[in-house]
Amino acid sequence: MTTLTDPPRGSFRLSMLIYDSRYRSITIQIVALIAVLSLFGWLVSNTMQNLAALGKQPSFGFLKEAAGYDINQRLIDYDNQDTHFRAAFTGLLNTLLIAVLGCIAATVIGIVVGVLRLSNNWVVSRLMAVYVETFRNVPVLLWIILTMAVLIELFPEPKAFRGENPEARMILGDSVALTNRGFYVPEPLFSRSLGDIHLLGQHPLRFDVSLDLIAFLAILIAGILTARLIGARADRVQAATGVRPKTFWPELGVIVVPTAIVLGILGFHLGMPEMQGFNFTGGTYLRNSLIALWLALSLYTAAFIAEIVRAGILAISKGQTEAAAALGLRPRRVMSLVILPQALRVIIPPLISQYLNLTKNSSLAIAVGYMDITGTLMGITLNQTGRELETVLLTMIIYLAVSLTISMLMNAYNNAVKLRER
Amino acid sequence: MSDKLYVRTEMLPERAPPASTTGAIGWMRQNLFNGWSNSLLTVVAVGFVVWLLMHILPWFFSPTWDSGSLTQCREMATEAGREGGACWGVIRERWPQMLFGFYPEHLRLRPVLAFGLLFVALIPVLFSMISRRMNWFLLAAVLLAATFFAPSSVLLIAVQVLLAAAVAYLGWTVISTDRAARAQAIEAGAARLPNPLIFTAIYVFLMPWLLWGGPIWSPIGAALGFVIAWAAFKALSPAIGTLGAIILAAAATLVWWLVINGYFVDGLQAILPLGLEPVESRLFGGLLLSVTIGVTAIAVSLPLGIMLALGRQSDLLLVKSFSVIFIEFIRGVPLITLLFVASFLLNVFMPPGTNFDIILRVIIMATLFASAYMAEVIRGGLAALPKGQYEAADALGLDYWKAQRLIIMPQALKISIPGIVSTFIGLFKDTTLVSIIGLLDPVGLSNSIRADANWNGIVWELYGFIALLFFVFTFSMSRYSMYLERRLRTDHR
Repeated sequence: MTTLTDPPRGSFRLSMLIYDSRYRSITIQIVALIAVLSLFGWLVSNTMQNLAALGKQPSFGFLKEAAGYDINQRLIDYDNQDTHFRAAFTGLLNTLLIAVLGCIAATVIGIVVGVLRLSNNWVVSRLMAVYVETFRNVPVLLWIILTMAVLIELFPEPKAFRGENPEARMILGDSVALTNRGFYVPEPLFSRSLGDIHLLGQHPLRFDVSLDLIAFLAILIAGILTARLIGARADRVQAATGVRPKTFWPELGVIVVPTAIVLGILGFHLGMPEMQGFNFTGGTYLRNSLIALWLALSLYTAAFIAEIVRAGILAISKGQTEAAAALGLRPRRVMSLVILPQALRVIIPPLISQYLNLTKNSSLAIAVGYMDITGTLMGITLNQTGRELETVLLTMIIYLAVSLTISMLMNAYNNAVKLRER
Repeated sequence: MSDKLYVRTEMLPERAPPASTTGAIGWMRQNLFNGWSNSLLTVVAVGFVVWLLMHILPWFFSPTWDSGSLTQCREMATEAGREGGACWGVIRERWPQMLFGFYPEHLRLRPVLAFGLLFVALIPVLFSMISRRMNWFLLAAVLLAATFFAPSSVLLIAVQVLLAAAVAYLGWTVISTDRAARAQAIEAGAARLPNPLIFTAIYVFLMPWLLWGGPIWSPIGAALGFVIAWAAFKALSPAIGTLGAIILAAAATLVWWLVINGYFVDGLQAILPLGLEPVESRLFGGLLLSVTIGVTAIAVSLPLGIMLALGRQSDLLLVKSFSVIFIEFIRGVPLITLLFVASFLLNVFMPPGTNFDIILRVIIMATLFASAYMAEVIRGGLAALPKGQYEAADALGLDYWKAQRLIIMPQALKISIPGIVSTFIGLFKDTTLVSIIGLLDPVGLSNSIRADANWNGIVWELYGFIALLFFVFTFSMSRYSMYLERRLRTDHR
């Protein structure tokens, strides 16, 4: 049986491509496809012509050539005889380092400021508002350069620490030296070290992993898991008997005691920086480019995170607090059991995008000479090889991969904590 | 019960609350000193503020305005009996550079005028309660003020007289007629002043001409392209339908811009050589550069962002995937890589022999960057809209574009105002990144100033000044967004 709305059959006319809604969407899509493809083809053919005229055939062969430049702040072994590929890898690790450090610091500062901004204390909340507005409304590049300039102008040169009666002194019991070239801090050393394992042999992506660190982390994680088991057992006891056994000391014990024993076995001690000649030796040397970038990025991003945290807490209606109080929960447990789990759902998605912003803003490292992926691959490698197209494209792809990975991980976490609705 | 000896029969008079709960003391007890931890926090915070002010204020009020170098400044401070005050001499010496870069000094009226007219052009867009008379009055006043700084000529005096008359007449109507009487007169059929948005549309073509100079026919030719598009659309749409008309109109406009416009401008310039002295892009700098890039990219990224957001919401699979790929790619990479593309690669992507302007290249990349973020913000607004609104629009029989224009977009854009404005603010702040590819915006200039032997070692004064420049813009933008949210709030609270 046919109904009135059935379209007439077998009478396809060309004009139906535009007027008939069944075909129009296909027409539009084909037009769009042709437009995009021809734009793309036009760009590619232009590029080919231009590159041919310049005598630069696109090729990634330069990645296998010796880089010939040094990278002063690095996590893996690298010297100027290594390839451009290795240099880019070193830079990528530096990007990840600043991203991780920055995200941690920004989260901590942001949460503290966001909570304090909601404080009843007028002076404190005003002060935090001033901090947030100042940092949010001034470009992050300016903060980075300013912090770098301040670090250089504020702190003495390393040679000021010399002599019997030096002009400058180390702080924290002669363990930390703040100089205009960077900070010298104690480094963790192990007198009975397990050594390193060298992964990937001679490959440009080779890196060393300290077995001491692995042992330390393994024990720490095992301790934390055990502590959670103790907590779960306490929950069961509470559910069965109504009395919750004290868990604080056992939990702390299973985390701290084994870790301390392992550190003792490995012969953990701190290597202090010491003045020798005109500069410090020993200790870990944090370049001021790293410190400036870290400080500026964390403080800047923390201002945004503070607003996110504030909005998240304000989004939870007051009735929730009152209901929790009516159930007899103490204020701390109201916060941890009722407010925070709900606020987190509001907080996490924008927090992810702040982490992504911080990671992308870390590319401004090039302004203070911190050798991240922008400074190595898109900076010196580009200038030395003249391969603009390849280096910029590669840098973009790497950043894209990093961004997508971060957002994937954080979205997985978001899915884990978000409210399960029916 | 007879053991009640005394029962009060009348109400007690109300007493004032205790002094400790009212007035300044009560406020302080409630807000600053309730509980020992809060008191401690107050003391620490106040101590911090006092410490900060004690260091900043003596530094700030330092009598070194006239110094010409850092050494001279230190000497002046020592003479005045102070240690380590601010050296404001650097600002006195360099602020024209901070504002205009190396823009030729005798032409600086042009960017100032462009900037003043920018506000006049923005007012009808930003503030709906400013009347048309007020708007035209402001325009005439800004133009009149600008004429006094131009080199004098007979023509100029004639223009001045005309403008002065316009200012006087419009000013008088602004003051004398009240709103209600005026509204009644318009109701009765009195002539209205033309919509000030006309000037906004003209300004779009006026601004580049004022800044870069060149023949007056170039902006006119560019504007004619839009006129041609509109005329072609009007003429063709009854005959071949909306979609075909759009495609043909776009093609006609492209032909005009890419092929005919050059001859049009050259020809008219040969007949009637009118124009401003051209200024090269490399002379642009300072705040002028930031504002030029920022304003253009902001203005273009909003419509682009709307199109991208609609594309991402679209049912058409290919359109949707193109939008998603574009948005996610742009959002996944830092702006600095896109600026490197502008600096190194954009010319390589163009036909051989093209060499177009670096500022234009940067504006293109910054616009693409902002439009991807804008698209996500607007998509959020679209997603927040209840499905009933879409269905209601369908039920009214509106087609896709009418539904978007009349029902969906006004609400979605209202929801996304905070996000849109913060994207704008972010974009304006991000214009500082152009210093990395060698353009001389305020940050780029600060590097060269600090490399100057006279000012080697200056930090706070210079960066503080730049920070203030940006703060003024970004802070007022964020305040404006709050105002707009309040004005557009239609729910009942």
